[in-house]
Amino acid sequence: MRSIILQTATKYLLPILLLFSVFLLLRGHYEPGGGFVGGLVASIAFVLHSFAFGTENTMKILRRKPMSLIPIGLGIAALSVIAPTFFGLPPMTGLWFEEPIPVIGMIGSSLFFDLGVYLVVIGVVLTILFTISLTED
Amino acid sequence: MIDNHILAPVFIHLLTAIVQLIAWRKTVTQRFLSIGGTFLGLLIAIRLFTKVYNEGILTMNASNWDAPFGIVFVADTLSTTLVLLTSIAGFAVSIFSATGLSRQRMRYGYFPIFHFLLMGLNGAFLTGDIFNLYVWFEVIIISSFVLMTLGGRKAQLEGGVKYMAMNILASTFFLTGIGILYGITGTLNMADLALKIQLVQNQTLVGITSCFFIIGFGIKSAVFPLYFWLPSSYHTPPSAVAATFGGLLTKVGIYAMYRVFSLIFVPDEFTKDLLMGMAILTILTGAFGALIKTNIRRLFSYLIVCHIGFMIGGLAMFNKAALMGAVFYLIHDIMVKTNLFLIAGVIRQLGGTMDMTKLGGIYKEYPKISLLMALVLFSLVGIPPLSGFWPKIYLFQAAFEYNQYFYVAALIIGSFFTLYVIAKMWSEVFWKDPSSDEVIEDKFKPLPLFRKILLILPICILCSVTLFIGLNAEAVIQVTERIVNQMLDTRPYIEAVLGK
Repeated sequence: MRSIILQTATKYLLPILLLFSVFLLLRGHYEPGGGFVGGLVASIAFVLHSFAFGTENTMKILRRKPMSLIPIGLGIAALSVIAPTFFGLPPMTGLWFEEPIPVIGMIGSSLFFDLGVYLVVIGVVLTILFTISLTED
Repeated sequence: MIDNHILAPVFIHLLTAIVQLIAWRKTVTQRFLSIGGTFLGLLIAIRLFTKVYNEGILTMNASNWDAPFGIVFVADTLSTTLVLLTSIAGFAVSIFSATGLSRQRMRYGYFPIFHFLLMGLNGAFLTGDIFNLYVWFEVIIISSFVLMTLGGRKAQLEGGVKYMAMNILASTFFLTGIGILYGITGTLNMADLALKIQLVQNQTLVGITSCFFIIGFGIKSAVFPLYFWLPSSYHTPPSAVAATFGGLLTKVGIYAMYRVFSLIFVPDEFTKDLLMGMAILTILTGAFGALIKTNIRRLFSYLIVCHIGFMIGGLAMFNKAALMGAVFYLIHDIMVKTNLFLIAGVIRQLGGTMDMTKLGGIYKEYPKISLLMALVLFSLVGIPPLSGFWPKIYLFQAAFEYNQYFYVAALIIGSFFTLYVIAKMWSEVFWKDPSSDEVIEDKFKPLPLFRKILLILPICILCSVTLFIGLNAEAVIQVTERIVNQMLDTRPYIEAVLGK
């Protein structure tokens, strides 16, 4: 399926969807959103791209296999869970910077946990979908 | 006392699995990482065990939320003992997997999943929150589905479907029970539940809720009449996987039963009778099932079922001597059952098959290995002074004291049939001359010495632990006594968690 309308629309939609997914990731701590939803939106952006241009081309713009995102995401999440123990606090306690950072807002260890979830979700969804679409050919 | 490091046995396996995922497809690196990770896990478990043994119950409030509101992790003697045994079994199985498993399975992520399974097991033993226990059970069953079907042979998928269907059913019962429990008490913290459940006016409802837990944990630990998924699935995966499953997975169900039925629902007369009936029938069906099997691993699967009955029977009597027997048997059983499936794997390497009728003459060929295996088999049967003997004394003593003659009869039949099938297996596999009509391929002899050591070393490790349990029973009895005292008097546990 190669449609010029879909291809042109995807060129504009891909960055917008990715931005939206980051937006969802960052507001997730107090408002609806978070790593899981953000990760799903980001993977939908790439799925749309693979519909429009074919899976091979999507693999090219990703540069690396989506599977490599899984250990990176898991690692970030695990470190954010363990980090408080180095300050004498129980695991999973939220560590926060005192001052909010412009645009992003409050930064704490739970944001890194969400970031890990975000990467794992992208990795898992894209691995599953790309495996299915590549075996079909 | 609060200790923020009691989750270290969980994190070490999580981190090992993550590093192995980074080394995806690099099977040699993963093997080294796995052995290193399980060894570190073993050291951490020993440290945690000695700390809890010397200083008493340790707790950790995750995220710094106070006890009844947040999730609390508790390390008491029962949980740390099981974490220690899991770590020993995990270390042995990881060495065995390094050479006893096909490269194809390793390429598709055997090792990371194995570590996720160990993480789930340690988490389940350490948690003090009943919903969190459910979550760890999910971690365990999801990883075990993958391990069971990894390789994708037809028989494996068939076993996997049965295993998955029954375990999902078990989780549903367990979750329903938790839901009702939360509805009537408004808490999920196990120590808090222990206090609040006594204040519930409708105690009949509490009794019915406890049945959900009996069914849920009963399926997981394979008691009669919910056991049939076990013998029809455990003979399908490779031996290293079967060893982890046979040694540890059913025992998590037993652990959960011990924990829930000592802390939350202290058994009343009806529950005791129900558990006792289940225990007796479990022993009998397991024993009779083992009698007619010719495949070694199917035989061992039925023996697992048979011996689960011993442990449930100890819980059903719910007094000091019976619980001592049951907990001691649990300690002995984890080591021996893991070892049995490793032995089955080695026998397959030696004789090329697991069918007893086709095997034979292994003693003549490999006398030393055979004697090593004989030690394990003797421990299983319970020849004094080996480890299977001591817990049975307690169980017999308790059963006579409380006039449970049906249980005594079941114990005798179970022990005797175990002896009979093991003797039959010994004569068929080790003594009999191999059947001459077909040439059996020996896969063990051409292996290099290093790989032979890797196959035999884990059996030696587990065997020496079994010997330690048997010959140094005094020390194990001390640990067991402390566990049982904590099960019968739960006030220290509740005080440690709620800080009152």
